[in-house]
Amino acid sequence: MMTNTVFRFAALLPLSLLILTGCATRQQPIYGWGNYQQQVYQYFKADTKSNEEQIAALEESMQKNRSKGTPVPPGYHAHLGLLYANAGKPDMVVQEFETEKNLFPESAPYMNFLLAKLKK
Amino acid sequence: MRFSSFKSIAAALLLAVLATGCATQQKPYDYAAFKESRPRTILVLPPLNNSPDVAATYGMMSQVTYPLAESGYYVLPVALVDETFKQNGLTTPNDIHEVSPAKLREIFGADAGLYVNVKNYGSSYIVVNSVTMVTAEAKLVDLRNGKVLWEGSATASSNENQNNSNGLVGMLVSAIVNQIVATSTDASYKIAGITSSRLLMAGHKNGMLYGPRSPKYQSD
Repeated sequence: MMTNTVFRFAALLPLSLLILTGCATRQQPIYGWGNYQQQVYQYFKADTKSNEEQIAALEESMQKNRSKGTPVPPGYHAHLGLLYANAGKPDMVVQEFETEKNLFPESAPYMNFLLAKLKK
Repeated sequence: MRFSSFKSIAAALLLAVLATGCATQQKPYDYAAFKESRPRTILVLPPLNNSPDVAATYGMMSQVTYPLAESGYYVLPVALVDETFKQNGLTTPNDIHEVSPAKLREIFGADAGLYVNVKNYGSSYIVVNSVTMVTAEAKLVDLRNGKVLWEGSATASSNENQNNSNGLVGMLVSAIVNQIVATSTDASYKIAGITSSRLLMAGHKNGMLYGPRSPKYQSD
């Protein structure tokens, strides 16, 4: 009976350690972010880099990311689509919005809304 | 047998104390509405700006995707969202925050909307130190029914890791230099990234819950 109790208490110890260290562990990122957020910031500031430079920066960052095999984050392809729209390349816009939709099916309502606007 | 069960209860209590020990004692957040809603997609509205720095809205808006996406949500592309608002004649965050959840849902198809309010953004010269500070509040609203799912706030500042040990004159000089450096290298944008992560990264007490794309979904 006594050994049983000791055993149970011993079983709880590693569990409590696990919970304690749980507050400090850092998870691996889900996505390969590259320079996405910085490029979004550049876009908003609208005074530093040209549209073409922004496209080049995102395409390059994506290529680097591809070799590592991590998925691009939500919005990456859609943002590229926006830049291609500003560059007057509608085919590329459709391609990027469709890619966003394939990678993130939950983006479909908004992507379809944008694609419908494009066709008008 | 009775003694043994008493001991395991005591051990369980000890465990509970240890587990909560890493976070400060706060009233636990009521996640009932959040857990019922389980949003998959989040629309980030252009943040309201209560700071004197006009850069706050977009500085903050370009930093929120990371913590939300890494917490497991699909975040609608923020620059495109901003363009869509503009094309619909909504150019200020104040106007955008007034749009009804139903209308937002209709256009963007998102499950939830994130309403951010930036309270502090920028560098100020406070007697002996130049401090860059970003403070923001956020509210997550279910766009399908208008219910508030979660609210929180966070702050970050540039002097969290700085120590002043150069005497008064040295401190005054470094404060002026700090402020010049702070404004010229967009320090606020960097600090906004820390604020944003503290505010929106899931996995801390009273914070956001994990979303469907996180391996930790429904573990909280």
